[in-house]
Amino acid sequence: MTRLDVRKTYKLYIDGAFPRSESGHSYEVLDGKGRFVANAALASRKDARDAVVAARKAFGGWSGRTAYNRAQILYRVAEIMEDRRPQFVDAVARAEGIGDGPAGKVVDASIDRLVWYAGWADKITQVLGNANPVAGPFFNLSTPEPTGVVAVLAPQGSSLLGLVSTVAPVIVTGNTAVVVSSYARPLPAVTFSEVLATSDVPGGVVNILTGDAATVGPWLAGHMDVNAIDLGGVAGRPALATELEVAAADNLKRVRRAPAAEPDWTDEPDLGAMTDFLETKTVWHPIGL
Amino acid sequence: MTATYPARGADLDGLVADVTRSDATLRRFLHGLPGVDQVGAEARAAALGTRSIKTTAKAFALDLAIRMVDLTTLEGQDTPGKVRALAAKAMRPDPADPTCPSVAAVCVYPDMVADVKQVLGDSGVHIAAVATAFPSGRAAMDIKLADTRDAVEAGADEIDMVIDRGAFLSGRYLQVFEEIAAVREACARPDGTSAHLKVIFETGELQTYDNVRRVSWLAMLAGAHFIKTSTGKVQPAATLPVTLVMLEAVRDFREATGRMVGVKPAGGIRTAKDAVKYLVTVNEVAGQDWLDPDWFRFGASTLLNDLLMQRTKMTTGRYSGPDYFTLD
Repeated sequence: MTRLDVRKTYKLYIDGAFPRSESGHSYEVLDGKGRFVANAALASRKDARDAVVAARKAFGGWSGRTAYNRAQILYRVAEIMEDRRPQFVDAVARAEGIGDGPAGKVVDASIDRLVWYAGWADKITQVLGNANPVAGPFFNLSTPEPTGVVAVLAPQGSSLLGLVSTVAPVIVTGNTAVVVSSYARPLPAVTFSEVLATSDVPGGVVNILTGDAATVGPWLAGHMDVNAIDLGGVAGRPALATELEVAAADNLKRVRRAPAAEPDWTDEPDLGAMTDFLETKTVWHPIGL
Repeated sequence: MTATYPARGADLDGLVADVTRSDATLRRFLHGLPGVDQVGAEARAAALGTRSIKTTAKAFALDLAIRMVDLTTLEGQDTPGKVRALAAKAMRPDPADPTCPSVAAVCVYPDMVADVKQVLGDSGVHIAAVATAFPSGRAAMDIKLADTRDAVEAGADEIDMVIDRGAFLSGRYLQVFEEIAAVREACARPDGTSAHLKVIFETGELQTYDNVRRVSWLAMLAGAHFIKTSTGKVQPAATLPVTLVMLEAVRDFREATGRMVGVKPAGGIRTAKDAVKYLVTVNEVAGQDWLDPDWFRFGASTLLNDLLMQRTKMTTGRYSGPDYFTLD
């Protein structure tokens, strides 16, 4: 007797929970060869709104943790990804239509990328902060501070390495994130959200919406309570990217602009992915008191 | 004896005189009211909460809800500066949008009434003061009355009194009745007018919906202008089913006696979505006559900002954030 298929309908990840889309909509996810894999929730603008509320609520606690603690938590995420490596390899292989060998390399690179960013949590202040020389009897100290709630339109092509490479730099410095995953390849992001839920990342720090960046993106770009947006997910769509930048200008969001084409995520990253979502706070303190 | 409401068109004064002859007659009347179907009330409230209110109806509901807000601050840490800021916000909730209506009233402790009055002037925004040893209601009668008179003298337009829940729960209904009647008399001003009286039941302490229905009738018979769910200091505060039971009471009371009484849920209503659910319930249970700031109020503080954010979303087409509204 053949076993019946368990057909899966995955859900969103908002505020540490897995709700269905408020709209009730879902869409079919196909593998690299066009075969049905599973259903994924189709996020609506109201899911984006709820995710922003969750991210805002989580921001105070997450940014208030010590950098050392954030590093530990990111490292813990990497540990759990390592534990679930076969599941990730399978998800990436099916989503991106590649063999298990190359998919394994992608998963390893993603885990390494998380560890790399985890290491930056308590070092970025030394690198970017400074004791500034000023013409007066003052200590003048500049330190980087997280920007706030960051909307991340994750890369469409690289479903796991690209996702990790855009989310990790946002949260490692203390921001909270609302992520719109790759539309055609959302399942590695869903598995990643399950990892986040079972690691020590507080609910609301990362919220993952599976759906279309072109429909949810404008609401996030125009949202007055989102402080910054990463447009990596609309790479190669200049008209949409421009529209999103215009919407983002309304509340002076920081924008990480969409590249002309999706970059090669296996390249060693520079600090830009972190510094784009940091503010510089400068404190003047009198000397001798 | 079957449980029943007073006959339609009952003479109010006659009814009051009749049922308040003694503790026993009052108890017989209140316990003679039909019981509340708890499951039914909760199911109906939940069903009304699923109505979808969109576009122009939503815009109407949001503006109406703003006009119904009793902007409240009842904290030990209230300062004159804080209540003045709140009063300023009550008049112009959204300074960026001149079409935004002002709220119904500012609700403060009696000693803050004078400060609020200075700011509000003749803006039309009322001043409500809590009185009678708010929130516990545990004080001697003359202290409660003095508390009320002070607030009226200081310029309060509305008095929010708390009932003695201990007396009500132990069945001393006549005592509660007389207390409400006495406070209502203390609301009178020298010029013959009178401050409106809202009676707070603290439904979170009354245990059953039957008690909520009884205390509603008791307060209405005693002359309350408004019946109010909670102080906001006890959990649970206002819930939709409790408000539904109270709305039924005011509807039935008007049917029986011809006198209309207002309802004010207070505490725990934080989102515009909740507020719209309450408005739907008002419309469906009590009727359109109650969809007016004179007859329905929200006792709230954080609700206003969410209403303003939703209103801004309606007018600008994009989601707003708490950064753009005052912290209070």
